[in-house]
Amino acid sequence: MPIRCEIVSQDRIVFEDDVDMVILPGAMGEMGILPGHAPLLSSLKMGVIRVKRGDQEEVFTATGGFVEVQPDIVTVMADAAENIDEIDEERAQKAMERAEKLLEEYSGADTENYLQIQAALRRSNLRLKAVSQFRKRGQRSRPPGMGRSE
Amino acid sequence: MANAREVKQRIKSVKNISQVTRALQAVSASKVRKAIEQMEDTRPYSVKAWQVLQHIAGQPGRSSLHPLLIQRPEVKQIIAIVISSDRGLAGAYNANITRTVDDWAVSLSTPVKYITVGKRGRDQLLWRGRDILAEFSGLPGRPSYVDIAPIGQLAVDQFLAGEADEVFLIYTQFVNRMVHKPVVKKLLPLETDPESRVKKFADEESHSGGYIFEPDQQSLLDAIIPRFTVLQVFHAVIESQASEHSARMVAMKNATDNATDLADALQLEYNKARQQAITNEMLDIAGGAEATNTK
Repeated sequence: MPIRCEIVSQDRIVFEDDVDMVILPGAMGEMGILPGHAPLLSSLKMGVIRVKRGDQEEVFTATGGFVEVQPDIVTVMADAAENIDEIDEERAQKAMERAEKLLEEYSGADTENYLQIQAALRRSNLRLKAVSQFRKRGQRSRPPGMGRSE
Repeated sequence: MANAREVKQRIKSVKNISQVTRALQAVSASKVRKAIEQMEDTRPYSVKAWQVLQHIAGQPGRSSLHPLLIQRPEVKQIIAIVISSDRGLAGAYNANITRTVDDWAVSLSTPVKYITVGKRGRDQLLWRGRDILAEFSGLPGRPSYVDIAPIGQLAVDQFLAGEADEVFLIYTQFVNRMVHKPVVKKLLPLETDPESRVKKFADEESHSGGYIFEPDQQSLLDAIIPRFTVLQVFHAVIESQASEHSARMVAMKNATDNATDLADALQLEYNKARQQAITNEMLDIAGGAEATNTK
């Protein structure tokens, strides 16, 4: 029996299909959802969502949000989410370097701006990490520490 | 001859008007496209959010979960958020909303305060002497969540402060480009919609404990419920805007078509008048020639 998985971000539907298992970066740590799971409501940390279907696996990055689990459906409401196949590695790399540079040079008391840069850095880190870990299909061993934000 | 000239002037003014309406139609057409795009982008998320809210509201022991779920034993004050547009010339769009408000309010014995979005709705409600709590107008063309959030937040705050015991949302649902349906939706306290699949879940009772909450019930619900409620207002505004623009486009298209028809009819009248004038002149000349000949 498969379980329905729907991943929506604030501006689109990212993924929608019947799957065998969903692995999520929950607030209390990583969790795997199988069909028939008890109803659950959790917030999500920034991290990687993995969706398993047969021996295939799709990987998404998500920057926080919520998940609702019903026995037959998993609804992920992410603030922003994307399939790692959509990630532009070069752009993420540049964004990371830019954010790092900005943080190094940072002075002044504008905390909000500082937090924004920090968030941007975390996002690009997440993307790069997700790409380097999951884009090579075939390697299936689960490295430690994945799916957690820094 | 005076008659033909008058008709000609009317033709000119009708054509001028049709030019204006055609321009407005073109502007609305492009706005509709953008508004629909934005609506379709944000729709999945807010539909899901609403579902989750309904699921939470369908939980056993719901009233202990969060203040926004508590039914007040006595409803003494109601707040309605009414979404209209800033500008007119949108066909029946604004009239439909105010009529919906009237129909809805007539059946109530409880006092209602209004939060209006859009100048048109505000003016209409003021004219009817209704109690307006707050008004928001001059929203940007493509509003972001941050632009709209204060509207919903105000309603949530009023509810929590006990200033209102129920909150309704009155807006125009966008069905398609031709059909826009004014709807009244109960926003607070959150209730389960008897028609949705939520019911099934509540009846099953196999998981009688309800949700497992992570990290913990209180902080999670505090994060989700107000935010998703405000999100519903956001989405209502987006849908209303899409409806407004397409209502305007349709209205302007009709106006342009009518103007074209009218101009055609007037042209016919003008031709007749002109022919009549020529015939009269010819008769005059013929009559004059005859008079000189017979002399």
